[in-house]
Amino acid sequence: MSEPRHRLMGYVREEIMPHRFCSGCGCGTVLNAFTNAVEGIDLDPGRMVCVSGIGCSSWIPSPYFKSDTLHTTHGRPIAFATGVKMMRPDLTVVVIAGDGDVAGIGGNHLIHAARRNIDLSVFMVNNMIYGMTGGQVAPTTPAGVKTTTTPHRNVEPPFRVADLVVAAGAGYVARWTTYHAFPLMESMQNAMTRKGFSFIEIISQCPENYGRRIGLRRAIDFLKMFKEKAIRIEKTRDMSEEELKDRIIIGRLCDRDRPEFADEMHKLTAEQVAGLKASKEAAG
Amino acid sequence: MYTGLLERHRRGSKLIEITENLCKGCEICIEFCPLKVFEKSDKLNRKGYYLPIVTDEDLCVGCRLCELLCPEFAIVITNE
Ligand SMILES: Cc1ncc(C[n+]2csc(CCOP(=O)(O)OP(=O)(O)O)c2C)c(N)n1
Ligand code: SF4
Ligand code: SF4
Ligand code: SF4
Ligand SMILES: [Mg+2]
Repeated sequence: MSEPRHRLMGYVREEIMPHRFCSGCGCGTVLNAFTNAVEGIDLDPGRMVCVSGIGCSSWIPSPYFKSDTLHTTHGRPIAFATGVKMMRPDLTVVVIAGDGDVAGIGGNHLIHAARRNIDLSVFMVNNMIYGMTGGQVAPTTPAGVKTTTTPHRNVEPPFRVADLVVAAGAGYVARWTTYHAFPLMESMQNAMTRKGFSFIEIISQCPENYGRRIGLRRAIDFLKMFKEKAIRIEKTRDMSEEELKDRIIIGRLCDRDRPEFADEMHKLTAEQVAGLKASKEAAG
Repeated sequence: MYTGLLERHRRGSKLIEITENLCKGCEICIEFCPLKVFEKSDKLNRKGYYLPIVTDEDLCVGCRLCELLCPEFAIVITNE
């Protein structure tokens, strides 16, 4: 039989496929949705910079996606991406990294990037755990769950990261799961084409280092749970906190125009330069 | 570079292709195809994963959900 070739193979580093993610890992579906999103809006990977940190999710762009990539240190992809955007506002800058990376160690970069509304698309893969290092508790791990570092149970409530980013001032915020792959893909397209800080929280599965310990051994167990617990934000308006306690609120949390940081900085620089020139000329 | 056998199923204008050696046997396609087009087979690929097979390609409505959910780029649906 003939050698098969998936139509999206041109967007990934074909020479290292199949990727290293475990069987059924949500990172694979996110990579799939992301390449579909890029292809669907004809984004040229040559005009993109994808930035990641450390963790399994950080492997989605680097090494697998075929654009320029920056594989940075744990927690710092948004800081590096900010630098890229300031110097090259003409490029599409995307951050893909894990919950531990973006909301744990890198949480402060996240809230300030959102507050500044800098033109980045941040796709945070929330598998509710530190996957790569063996299943330690994350700030996104649900209360009551046993992990390698909370062997009795986790007593902390999880961060609701997307809500945090809305409150911090981001232009566009959405939450989806790896079961909701079509709306996730469209949401990624929205994020990458609009100006300002766009954030998508992608609830995902780590069957290997999380699922195994909580009775969800298979990816399909996670996806069934996501499907069951998900509720569209439009339906939650009249629901109490108590009713929503165990639900995953999906959809677009906000979409608003606010001044963008790189624009504002470059405007200010131009003003200052013009001012200096004028005062030099006045001085003769 | 991956190489792999390709399982092809064509009926009418729809083509379902599964690349054997990309599949990691997660069963997502089997579970979530709304029309239950796939079934687990007893055939192992060279990595030792049980492969899905297409039971009845006539059932497929070409929605591409399996293609997009597959974490491995192992399924391609073509609507011609
Ligand atoms: C500064 C620093 N602290 C800790 C680590 C160890 N470390 C590597 S990955 C990781 C957590 C990964 O979790 P997450 O970001 O959620 O990614 P996942 O693997 O779950 O996709 C940690 C703590 C590190 N590499 N650098
Ligand atoms: S350890 Fe978890 S997050 Fe990492 S590749 Fe395996 S399943 Fe995916
Ligand atoms: S979803 Fe993909 S990897 Fe999983 S069983 Fe089906 S073809 Fe194989
Ligand atoms: S395209 Fe839709 S109907 Fe056809 S096999 Fe895939 S999931 Fe099933
Ligand atoms: Mg994680």
